[in-house]
Amino acid sequence: MDGFWGNMLGLGDKLAAHVVLAASAIGLGIIVALPLAVWASRSPTVSRLALGFASLVQTIPALALLALFFPILLSLRAVFGEDLPTLGFLPALLALALYALLPILRNAVTAQANLDPGILEAADGVGMTSWQKLTLVEAPLSAPFIMAGIRTASVWTIGAATLSTTIGQPSLGDPIFAGLQTQNWALVLAGCVASAGLALITDMLLGVIERGLAARKRVQYGGGMLAVALGIAVALLVQVERHDDNQIVIGSKQFSEQLILARLIGARLEQAGYSVDYRDGLGSAVVHSAVANSSIDISVDYTGTVWTNEMKRTDQIGRDEMFEQIKAWDLRENGIRVLGRLGFENAYAFAMREDRAAELGVATLEDLVPVARQLAVGGDPEFFERPEWIAVREAYGMRFGQQRNFSPTFMYNALKSGEADVISAYTSDGRIAADRLVVLEDPREALPFYDAMLMLSPRIANDPALVAALEPLIGAIKVEDMRAANYAVDREDDGKLTPEAAAAQLAKTIGL
Amino acid sequence: MAPRQSRAEPISDLADYSPFSGSLLTFDQTARRYGECGDVVAVAGVDCAIDAGSFVAMVGASGSGKSTLLKMVNALVVPSSGRVLLAGEDVTDLKPARLRRRIGYVFQGIGLFPHFSVAENIAVGPRLAGEKLAPERIAELLSLVELDPELSTRMPDELSGGQRQRVGVARALAGEPELLLMDEPFGALDPITRDALGEKVRELHESLGLTTVMVTHDMAEALLLADRVLVMDAGDLVADLTPAELLAGDGGEIAQGLVAVPREQAEKLAAMERRC
Repeated sequence: MDGFWGNMLGLGDKLAAHVVLAASAIGLGIIVALPLAVWASRSPTVSRLALGFASLVQTIPALALLALFFPILLSLRAVFGEDLPTLGFLPALLALALYALLPILRNAVTAQANLDPGILEAADGVGMTSWQKLTLVEAPLSAPFIMAGIRTASVWTIGAATLSTTIGQPSLGDPIFAGLQTQNWALVLAGCVASAGLALITDMLLGVIERGLAARKRVQYGGGMLAVALGIAVALLVQVERHDDNQIVIGSKQFSEQLILARLIGARLEQAGYSVDYRDGLGSAVVHSAVANSSIDISVDYTGTVWTNEMKRTDQIGRDEMFEQIKAWDLRENGIRVLGRLGFENAYAFAMREDRAAELGVATLEDLVPVARQLAVGGDPEFFERPEWIAVREAYGMRFGQQRNFSPTFMYNALKSGEADVISAYTSDGRIAADRLVVLEDPREALPFYDAMLMLSPRIANDPALVAALEPLIGAIKVEDMRAANYAVDREDDGKLTPEAAAAQLAKTIGL
Repeated sequence: MAPRQSRAEPISDLADYSPFSGSLLTFDQTARRYGECGDVVAVAGVDCAIDAGSFVAMVGASGSGKSTLLKMVNALVVPSSGRVLLAGEDVTDLKPARLRRRIGYVFQGIGLFPHFSVAENIAVGPRLAGEKLAPERIAELLSLVELDPELSTRMPDELSGGQRQRVGVARALAGEPELLLMDEPFGALDPITRDALGEKVRELHESLGLTTVMVTHDMAEALLLADRVLVMDAGDLVADLTPAELLAGDGGEIAQGLVAVPREQAEKLAAMERRC
């Protein structure tokens, strides 16, 4: 449990970011929902449309809604200019505010509809204008119900805000996603306990306000509001203090290797006197764009990923030729400086248990084709949408009996337990050796190369001290070293290391 | 007293009412229809003039249009044709909020604001007009409706039904209205409270020199309190008489049908008394 408490104490920043994000989203939700509710109470059509829209939004999974704002904001750049952020706070705020809309709107509309008609007639009868009726009668009488809606919205938003990690907004999701990747359950637990605790405390405080409003006790609801305001103010203060324009932001995708390399890079930059911050657990699709618009400064990307996803190329060319083309293209199109290749490849490959492969007589992808219909294939959540999978399917005519999605970490467990016969594996993965897996050969060369590259955002591309600090990493990491570091983080026994520790060990191994 | 016609004379010549010849409130072909083609008639076109200082009761069965007619006076309902004149002015030409502050309104729902204290409820009309009602005036209004001024700090849910409607009457009187409208004001009260409050209102009508229009479905109440009774049926004004004329058998079939109910009750009670 030492790990758990240590993790909890380290969450101050994330908690502050989480509070600011959730409070802003609920605030925006209230600002939109309340006038809309007043309008809806005057017009049944508006009421139907607004509630219908809010309910529709609610059916979109929060993770998808957050991710959807990336392309939406990207296309809005045509209107608002290139400075419009597409990752981080803004999309998280908008998505969560949309999510908060429904409970607030529905409670406000219901409260209005259930107001005693006698009281409304009296309001007209004593000569109130419609504004006086709204402010003196409708608003105070609806307030406890609206507050109940805000309460529900707050609990949802605080929970859903953990998912904003995937679009580059720091939150209490950071430890959850990082912990899930590295099977560091103490870290996952710390993130969950912190966000659940925050939700409970918020619910309690808002409950005090709600009951205060219902009982018309000014001290009670005033005190509750003051406590909420104080909490938000403290979180804002922490955020402002932390804000530093010269900070280098290192992004990482949702797997251990990325976390380790981010720490390796971060440690070198800190030695060189830079202040460093991490955006962990980013969706793979957003990382490249995030570097291009300097939302994050440094990432490790892979040649095959950029080649197919960003350059939309489907042809296969030689390894070095591919790298040179990517380097030129990224500089020209995005202003990204590709500093160089780290020296190892993390390619997509298909892996099987050694015993199972021997039993079926499979050594290459070609061998797999005739038996594939009896087998289940496991892939990470994006794999079956990726061009690599489509390329293999087309090149070999591969048809599996069953297709299943697992998070990268759980894929190996699925293979062990027999829930999957074949998985999409990564060549630098430490578990390949540790789990006695065989990597199937690709005789038709359907899978592209995946050399790891160091990417620098336009903002810092020409910082000589930074480049000098990172250049020793170029060509320095052999695939065996990377596998060892990855395994150290992914293993579940006493030898398990944190990404920081694995990065330090890797640095020692490669002589830095 | 000369027998009056059972139906008011149609107002054919509006010049007689300009600016207004003594009547405070005038219905001029006032009609209200509902439905897409206006085929549902609530009020069919009523002509009637009510003098300042009179206490008029509008009586009729449910759905006879009496309540709709009353609500057209303070523009809670807008006429679909015809006019309602208050002191010579068409009420739809006035700002609704300002019009309503000139008219006291008491109704069956009472409609005390549950988040306001008794004092705040009474003072709400003047407050809307930007005036602050002095505590002495609130105490005076409370004693007018025979309530303890101590009640002024209570919340409405701490009062009995009768006390609440007394506060409702005090609220209606707070702005010193030109006209007091009452829509089934005692409908939700028990018979004893109802009787006492009815008499109190009649007394206040006299002492404050009010003009009062009261809607009720109870003919006995109308006969006992009002000095003029309008009988409504299916949107039409079918009788306009004094209580004495109604009791003398005037006003036609529908009006006499309504008078028959309390009369027969009274006769049965008298017969039972004799047997005892």
